[in-house]
Amino acid sequence: MIDGFIALYIFMLAAFTGYEIIGRVPSILHTPLMSGSNFVHGIVLVGAMVALGRADTTLELVIGFIGVFLGAGNAVGGYVVTERMLEMFKSSKEKSS
Amino acid sequence: MTEFVSMRSVIEASYFIAAILFIFGLKRMSSPVTARGGIIWAGAGMVVATLVTFLYPGMGNYPLMMVAIFIGGVLAWVSGKKVAMTDMPQMIALYNGMGGGAAAAIAAVELLSGEDHGLVFGILAVLGGMIGAVSFSGSLVAFAKLQGIMKRTFRFGAQQFVNLLVLAATVILAGIIVIQHSGVNLVVVFFLLALILGVTMTLPIGGADMPVVISLYNALTGLAVAFEGFVLQNAAMIIAGTVVGSAGTLLTQLMAKAMNRSLANVLFSGFGDEAIEASEIAGSMKPIEAPDVAVMMAFADKVLIVPGYGMAVAQAQHKVWELAQLLKDRGVDVKFAIHPVAGRMPGHMNVLLAEAGVPYDIIYDADEINAEFATADVALVIGANDVVNPVARTDPASPIYGMPILNADHAKNVICVKRGQGAGFSGIENALFFLDQTRMLYGDGQAMASQLIQEVKSL
Repeated sequence: MIDGFIALYIFMLAAFTGYEIIGRVPSILHTPLMSGSNFVHGIVLVGAMVALGRADTTLELVIGFIGVFLGAGNAVGGYVVTERMLEMFKSSKEKSS
Repeated sequence: MTEFVSMRSVIEASYFIAAILFIFGLKRMSSPVTARGGIIWAGAGMVVATLVTFLYPGMGNYPLMMVAIFIGGVLAWVSGKKVAMTDMPQMIALYNGMGGGAAAAIAAVELLSGEDHGLVFGILAVLGGMIGAVSFSGSLVAFAKLQGIMKRTFRFGAQQFVNLLVLAATVILAGIIVIQHSGVNLVVVFFLLALILGVTMTLPIGGADMPVVISLYNALTGLAVAFEGFVLQNAAMIIAGTVVGSAGTLLTQLMAKAMNRSLANVLFSGFGDEAIEASEIAGSMKPIEAPDVAVMMAFADKVLIVPGYGMAVAQAQHKVWELAQLLKDRGVDVKFAIHPVAGRMPGHMNVLLAEAGVPYDIIYDADEINAEFATADVALVIGANDVVNPVARTDPASPIYGMPILNADHAKNVICVKRGQGAGFSGIENALFFLDQTRMLYGDGQAMASQLIQEVKSL
């Protein structure tokens, strides 16, 4: 059970981690990083799956279905656009294809 | 029972691995050298977490689940592959909104089930749902605005007051739901209000400020995911959501700073796309023809290219890079100077140049390059406007006063490629165009770049 202070500790440490990761990023990567972090919160898909998996009533099923649909869109779309952007970053030492 | 317990450990261990992959992936994404690997790591984490969730105990509705994943995944995959690089910001907004909507959906299912999770979890579920719903509808409005579906900015006198009212109503309803933990109708009204709040909050914000808003909603979605993670007791969601929440908040601040706006200013003032009365600038714009520009650049020692969103709209980046390569072959020192907010959001221009094949090590930030303008023979400003407007340094009355700019006006010669004589995105007259050393090259960015290439080749 993730409860009380354990939850607070996780929250605090994860928040610190996020802050540290972005802290010294050159502005050239701001857009890809925003897109990348957008992809990472696509993990919401997992929660939506659990919610749909436990749904009983029709209303819950419908909302759960929408949730999974949206979560999958977030994860897949976030990945595709981030990958497309980062793929293009080349240094002048590498030969472009 | 032992099987049940060990299944649980497999799931928890997989989530743990996924969380580590996310964090290392994001870390790798913060350097251009390792960035490509970063997203693949994070992607692997996502696949692991998703697959293992199918093993979650006590679940049903698998066919429905797979259909939803399939539809959502395929739609996002196709749209993500198709979208042009110039339209990237609104696409990110759209996917981000979907994430917020998913978080809200989780909260809705949990609240509708009527189970008593206890006070703390009730509060987190409601908060996450509210933030997720706001992020969902807000991101959709942002998408519509940037995509050009919604052109007008809606503003009326008491707007802040109305927003506050909607917010208050939402929070009060949230409180009632937490205490009563029942009532389908209440939950539905609550989510409708939260969705309306997202719309009314985003409507008055102008197009120029949208990137900051998208980044803010990105951070908010992260937070909503983390809250729902607590409710579902899902460590991967808590960690990933919180990391994105804090990273996104920092990114939002960095973006706002690069645009010389405070976050409060962006959210509540609505400067975005108002036309501003600026003082008249003395002097005239002096036109020049492409052959003269070609000679000027070909025999220069150092040329700094300042690209703006206008260049990307004209799809001129490939031609500009071709031109830069020609000049480099002639021994000219060519560098690209990028303002933090060139393009639609910080770093967007770097993506657009990267798409054209420009290596990232000849692209420089404003801080790195600004001192070099004084030694540059030619500053080629193509499709950029406000970010090179010296008024930001000199005229306290100007709305962009204090914004960090590129010192293109310090170059010996300034060539501005521009479609017509109109003012820029913010509607502010650009003093750079009226300087003695400035010449205007009127024409479409791509056509002009092609012409310059021909002229340089023929020299």
